[in-house]
Amino acid sequence: METFLHQVFSGLATGGIYASIALALVMIYQATHHINFAQGEMAMFATYISWSMINAGMPYWAAFFITIVIAFVAGVLIERIVVRPVENSPVISVVIVFIGLLVIINSCAGWIFTYTIKSFPSPFPATPPFGSNLVSFHELGSMAITLGLLTALFLFFRFTPLGLAMRAAAQNPVSSRLVGIRVGWMLALGWGLAAAIGSVAGMMVAPIVFLDPNMMSGILLYGFAGALLGGIDNPWGAVAGGFIVGVLENIAGAYIVGTELKLTVALVVIIVTLVIKPGGLFGRTFVTRV
Amino acid sequence: MAATTETSAVAAGGYAGLSARTWRVIGVLAAVAIACAAPFTMTNYHIFQLTLTLVYAIAVLGLNLLTGFNGQISLGHGAFYALGAYTTAILMDHYGVPYWATLPAAGAVCLVFGFLFGLPALRLEGHYLALATFALALATPQLLKYKLFEDFTGGVQGIVLLKPDPPFKLPINADQWLYLFVLAITIAMFILAWNLLRGRLGRAMIAIRDHPIAASAMGVNTALYKSLTFGISAMFTGIAGALGAIAVQFVAPDSFDLFLSIRFLVGVAIGGLATISGAFFGAAFIEFIPNVADQISKAAPWAIYGIFLIVFMYVMPTGVVGMIRVLWGKLRRAIAGRPEGVAAR
Repeated sequence: METFLHQVFSGLATGGIYASIALALVMIYQATHHINFAQGEMAMFATYISWSMINAGMPYWAAFFITIVIAFVAGVLIERIVVRPVENSPVISVVIVFIGLLVIINSCAGWIFTYTIKSFPSPFPATPPFGSNLVSFHELGSMAITLGLLTALFLFFRFTPLGLAMRAAAQNPVSSRLVGIRVGWMLALGWGLAAAIGSVAGMMVAPIVFLDPNMMSGILLYGFAGALLGGIDNPWGAVAGGFIVGVLENIAGAYIVGTELKLTVALVVIIVTLVIKPGGLFGRTFVTRV
Repeated sequence: MAATTETSAVAAGGYAGLSARTWRVIGVLAAVAIACAAPFTMTNYHIFQLTLTLVYAIAVLGLNLLTGFNGQISLGHGAFYALGAYTTAILMDHYGVPYWATLPAAGAVCLVFGFLFGLPALRLEGHYLALATFALALATPQLLKYKLFEDFTGGVQGIVLLKPDPPFKLPINADQWLYLFVLAITIAMFILAWNLLRGRLGRAMIAIRDHPIAASAMGVNTALYKSLTFGISAMFTGIAGALGAIAVQFVAPDSFDLFLSIRFLVGVAIGGLATISGAFFGAAFIEFIPNVADQISKAAPWAIYGIFLIVFMYVMPTGVVGMIRVLWGKLRRAIAGRPEGVAAR
């Protein structure tokens, strides 16, 4: 029972990270109906930036917040420069551009920071809290940060004019433009926010999986699985999906398939969700008119 | 993607008394003649590179059948390449089957798996299909390493194969023979693809890509043809994988990662979506660019791939072949002295 609870808790902790990635994916999907395949690599690169700042002697939290700002700006720039020209192109062109972005960011990280695995510090103490081995401080901390982030986002979208404008732009671009919302910039802002959320996820997961240019590929897949499971057009569903996938992955890894096949769990979750309930658990199903 | 298709490109308006079709045949025959003569003037390493280019050309063609002609995006064709490669390697290594006899088996296995994967994929469109196949590509190395299959797949170590000797005591070396063997298969596969696309299946594929609802209203069995296309596409890529395993003489899980699938996608995008001959340009690009770029940095080839991917999508969405067609059309009009816009269609 003790080990089972332990698995569940560490599943919830990584689930929080998957939830952030899933949330970032959903934010971009809602606004543009594009799935950003480069999301994981963007988070990975941001984590490298904060790693170099910490290595240069900056305190952890300063580096943390500066990285978030840098990621935000980079996200906005990527939307304006790379994604904008293919905004209305066929799906295949968009996917190819995203894959191009993935490859470029991945190879640049390898180029600049080399492919050797680096350890990334955790801001939380290493001793187990409350004298029990059930859960570590890092797991608790990353869960708290994820939940804090989600609350902040909720408040932003619910109670600020800018958040309202962003929701409007995502829901009905034409009418939003008519009432004076700058839809293009709202999309760019959405990309910036997604990149910032991704960077938090990257910095939270790096102490667990270690830092290397390919560290996010698996996590991105779990994020996808979480987003789909929860419903790709529903932010809360995506967060719930992320947590579910985290727990599922850990329990399946510990008791059913073993750690070697953990990624396959994500593949199975994705395919089963898409086949049985393409809208996800909390999503809406769409009917297209001929 | 409203790209022109290979068949519709057979424009009228020949030159020097011969029809465009005759010129085309002459061009293809000349290319085949050069390809046959090539191995006798090169070092073994260059022959090996050319062999791999042909192998990639088959794989890229397979992906293009699915993505270019049928509009289904796959980011996971590396999985079928791996399946073909492993089928061949296991048959050769465990059961002593001769290398040439493993090709139909690899093709059949991939056809079946591709068809089966195509069934759930039917319900997925655009981004969702890209996502599901992306997951497949990421999970492939793990599945190949899985310890229950280790007796067959050799686990992380992979399987080492022997290079086939030329038959009938031909006076050529093993690399030259392998190249000619792969060349023959490549020609056969391209003729097969060309014929498929000209026929009922090809028309159905293109109709489904351009307007699925209209296609099904016209009586095209959308579900069957989409799954079938997935299967055929997987078969092409699987046969390429089998040839690749024979040529490299080694299969190991980590060589079949996500980046292999992306490499095929790069080939399709560079060569040109929905073109047959584009596969050769794409394959040459993915085989030879890394050799050039490796001298800069280990990461450089991928940065260059990525930049090419994005730039091609912006400025040349129809790829190299599309560009050649545009230039050729201009040239022909210039020679014929006709004003622009009164093209000979």
